[in-house]
Amino acid sequence: MTLVRGFALVLALVSLQVAAQESPLERRTRDVASQLRCPVCQGVSIQDSPSELAVEMKNVVREQLAAGRTPEEVKGYFVEKYGDWVLLEPPATGFNLLVYLLPVFAVLGGLLIVWLAVKRWTAPGADAI
Amino acid sequence: MNLRRAAAASAIALPIIAILGFGLTRDPGEIRSPLPGRMAPDFELPVFAIGEGPLALGTQDTIRLSELRGNVVVLNFWASWCLECRFEHAALSNVAEEYEGRDVRFLGVLYNDSPDLGTRWIRDMGGQRYPSVNDPRKRAAIDYGLYGAPETFFVSKEGIIAYKHVGRVTEGVLRQKIDSLLAVTPQ
Repeated sequence: MTLVRGFALVLALVSLQVAAQESPLERRTRDVASQLRCPVCQGVSIQDSPSELAVEMKNVVREQLAAGRTPEEVKGYFVEKYGDWVLLEPPATGFNLLVYLLPVFAVLGGLLIVWLAVKRWTAPGADAI
Repeated sequence: MNLRRAAAASAIALPIIAILGFGLTRDPGEIRSPLPGRMAPDFELPVFAIGEGPLALGTQDTIRLSELRGNVVVLNFWASWCLECRFEHAALSNVAEEYEGRDVRFLGVLYNDSPDLGTRWIRDMGGQRYPSVNDPRKRAAIDYGLYGAPETFFVSKEGIIAYKHVGRVTEGVLRQKIDSLLAVTPQ
């Protein structure tokens, strides 16, 4: 158990060290790359994918950021090529709005059903459980 | 009361059925490309397979896509590890030969593969009528929003991507797309 704790501590320290050494460009690259979907994987960002295409896409992200393009411009480049699909978080416009609104409606509907049920159970004359 | 319940249930169920019904009309494997209608991204890549007959080039040559302007260009991304590429290969080579002497150029782009394996594959397949270039950094693949291989792009004489075909392409599709683009006079 002590060994496991020691290993976890070393791992955490190494991670902190790596994070501290990361250049601002690399941090921005990681940030943008984690928002872009890998085209040859299943729901994985190009940051997390080991595929060669994803690695090269990440290089493109790095190069464009280094050339002075903003993260939005870099994401725009990939959207131009792959469409909104390439964004792991699709923009909340058009048909995509359903993705964001349906869960809200589902929760509201659920709350309404619970409220109606409770009201019915607690109404005068309702059978005691 | 029953009528009210039925109305409430319908109000919930009908939109869900409508959404699911709409989903059934769509191919879940199809991801629409934003590229058709836009200028074909230019690239300059080294030739590794020279092709045959009048379309043959030298192995030291590079091809810049924009230099093919004025021709309908059939751009086929392929790889030796790609099974579907094996099945479409004869169609591409046959149609390329059929359109020789007309304003049509076929070009293969090797995707995520090595030229050695690509060359061996072409030899095993009995040759390739048109040249192929190597895309070692996958920049052309990224510029063309590639999801995998094979994918075929049909570029108009003006350099605009007219169609994108995902998966195995047939002789029928090739002829139909090429003829429709040849019928259009550049402005």
